Amino acid sequence: MKMNRRDFVKAGGSLIALSLLGNTASAAHSFTGYPDRFGMMSDLTRCIGCRRCEAACNKANNLPEPKTSFEDTSVFEEKRRPYAADVQSYTVVNRYKVGEKTVYRKVQCMHCEEPACVSACLVGALKKTPEGPVVWNEKVCIGCRYCITACPFYIPAFEYSSAFDPRIQKCFMCHQRIVKGIVPACAEACPVEAITFGKRSSLLKLAWTRIWGEPDRYIDHVYGEREAGGTGWLYISGVPFSQLEFPMDIGTSAFPELTKDFLSMVNLTLVSWPAVFGGIYLMTKNREKPLHGEEKEEEDKL
Amino acid sequence: MTEIIEVENLRKTETTDYWINEILFNRLTIKEYIRSLITPFNMIAGLIVLAGLYFIFLRFTQGLGSITDSSNTQPWGLLLSVGLFTGVPFSAAGFVLGTAVYIFGLKKYQPVVTNAILLGLLGYLFAVIFLMIDLGRPWRIYYPMMISFGPASVMFLVAWHVALYLSVQAMEFSSSVFEWLGLRNFRKIILGMTLALTVAGIMLSTLHQSALGAMFLLAPGKVHPLWWTSYLPWLFFVSSLAAGLVYVVLVGKLTQVFMKDKADSRYLSNLDGITLGIGKAAAMILFTYVGLRLAAITYENSWGYLNSPYGLWFLIEFSLFAIAPLLLFYAIQRKNVGLVQVGALVTMVAIILNRLNTVYITFNWQFPHHELFYWKEVIVVIAVLTIEILLYRWIVNRMPVLRQHPDYIGDEH
Repeated sequence: MKMNRRDFVKAGGSLIALSLLGNTASAAHSFTGYPDRFGMMSDLTRCIGCRRCEAACNKANNLPEPKTSFEDTSVFEEKRRPYAADVQSYTVVNRYKVGEKTVYRKVQCMHCEEPACVSACLVGALKKTPEGPVVWNEKVCIGCRYCITACPFYIPAFEYSSAFDPRIQKCFMCHQRIVKGIVPACAEACPVEAITFGKRSSLLKLAWTRIWGEPDRYIDHVYGEREAGGTGWLYISGVPFSQLEFPMDIGTSAFPELTKDFLSMVNLTLVSWPAVFGGIYLMTKNREKPLHGEEKEEEDKL
Repeated sequence: MTEIIEVENLRKTETTDYWINEILFNRLTIKEYIRSLITPFNMIAGLIVLAGLYFIFLRFTQGLGSITDSSNTQPWGLLLSVGLFTGVPFSAAGFVLGTAVYIFGLKKYQPVVTNAILLGLLGYLFAVIFLMIDLGRPWRIYYPMMISFGPASVMFLVAWHVALYLSVQAMEFSSSVFEWLGLRNFRKIILGMTLALTVAGIMLSTLHQSALGAMFLLAPGKVHPLWWTSYLPWLFFVSSLAAGLVYVVLVGKLTQVFMKDKADSRYLSNLDGITLGIGKAAAMILFTYVGLRLAAITYENSWGYLNSPYGLWFLIEFSLFAIAPLLLFYAIQRKNVGLVQVGALVTMVAIILNRLNTVYITFNWQFPHHELFYWKEVIVVIAVLTIEILLYRWIVNRMPVLRQHPDYIGDEH
């Protein structure tokens, strides 16, 4: 068992190559986002809970018929999630009573600027597109469901009843329509313009213009401007977001930041461990065997 | 002595009979072999495995929902929590003992190193098997290596490292397989690679034991604050060292009781001394772990959560971690091997609890309804672990794991 110089150089060379491979992990960070990305804005003070966005979404994405019609308001009795085992939808509207007010909140994928799910995906099936939507590639997904673990908004869903082609289900901001220049189905269907589609930068200005224009109508907060590093879907509201079950504990830094430090350690370990342990091996291998009579003592160490 | 002569004689007649009877049926005829299999243990194991295989069949025809309670809030159920996140730390046995013997030159541990490597190899193999059952599209398991890459994902790292390390361990263990099959040249080639394989094992293990913890860095609001900390990678790595060590102690005890006839005197007579030595190392590591854990909770400022049901649950887990090293030290001072084994068991329970708590039991702690598992999932987990035990026994019955092969005594690597 020995390692000659040629082996050593070979091993070292392949390690350096390996460590360069790992470098792509940190490249993503200084990126501030695609310039003309689209986003959506929900104005919760305008929403009347008509569920037409749900119906339009269902149609545009060829989802199965719901159990009860989209005019049924009894669904508001419970807080629904966009995708459950027996309800296949990309978006739901929930009703909240806050003091005197009745507020409706539309729930769907937030299309984060730097999504946790994208950084979690080990095959790159989930991607933030230059257009803005976070999309999923069925061709490479292996069904590990780390995206579900990672998402702070509890959005991606998995088809647990499918044995052969379980898909990840969530809102894709009608990416198929956006690339053709068509507005997402929910925004198009909304009768009261509670949902606005546009460039995220313009939507942010619009959101603050509305808040500054009617300071009594709105609270002073655009949800999604900074949450989780910023999201593509923005919300403005007349009541605090904490009373509408928005996650309030997710902070303002992007989720991929959480694993960045760890990933940066990888190269360091790959390069330094062989030197450290190779060195220890060389130091100990020629160590003389213990003398007779000292054997007992040797056993006591470690 | 007669056994050695017998083996020598058989070697001279390398016929099909030799291969079937000597290699496959452990020197018995087919009839004798089948009769030897009919034992109460095998009967029960067989029933469990059959039930498990039936549910695995259900999973591959009707989807994961048919056997697991996994959901869109709790995507990973018992299969991964036990099979991957809890199983892998104990599989550190292979790399920890390999490092002690081949890098630090602690020849004292030589008698257990093959067993440790086998335990590590099987641990990883079955982690992959659990993963194959749990993945939505397991036929794509090689995609992260060949088809599509997501290098910013911690799981990408885990996938690569588990795949590479499984290969490394298979190569490390193959020297025993070659001894068993009488393939001297292959054995020699593999032994020449020991140092390289061991160092590769250290690199891959350091990174992915910690990566298993790092995976949960992405879920800060979901793992309970008494368990979630940015120290998670360190905590997972340090505790995996202790896990690997106590695993060797506990399996050592079991082999002493149940597989004595497959071990040689070199293994059996050294086991007590080795247990004491490992106990010392484990105690040191556990002290470090306890300190690191206290530092982590202080750093995250999470002590306030102690006054809650989860806080009580944390105290139970944490006191096991605190008791274990004290118990181990006490046992070592009195050279009480039995008590070291008890300390090892306490450590094992603490680490199992810690992994299940972090990835599973406290996950989504803020949700009022927190369902844990479906009984069918439990059967599958028990069945797969039973297969692992049966495979371990099959290998130890045949290959030189707890003993040296008579042909190679004195030819240590």
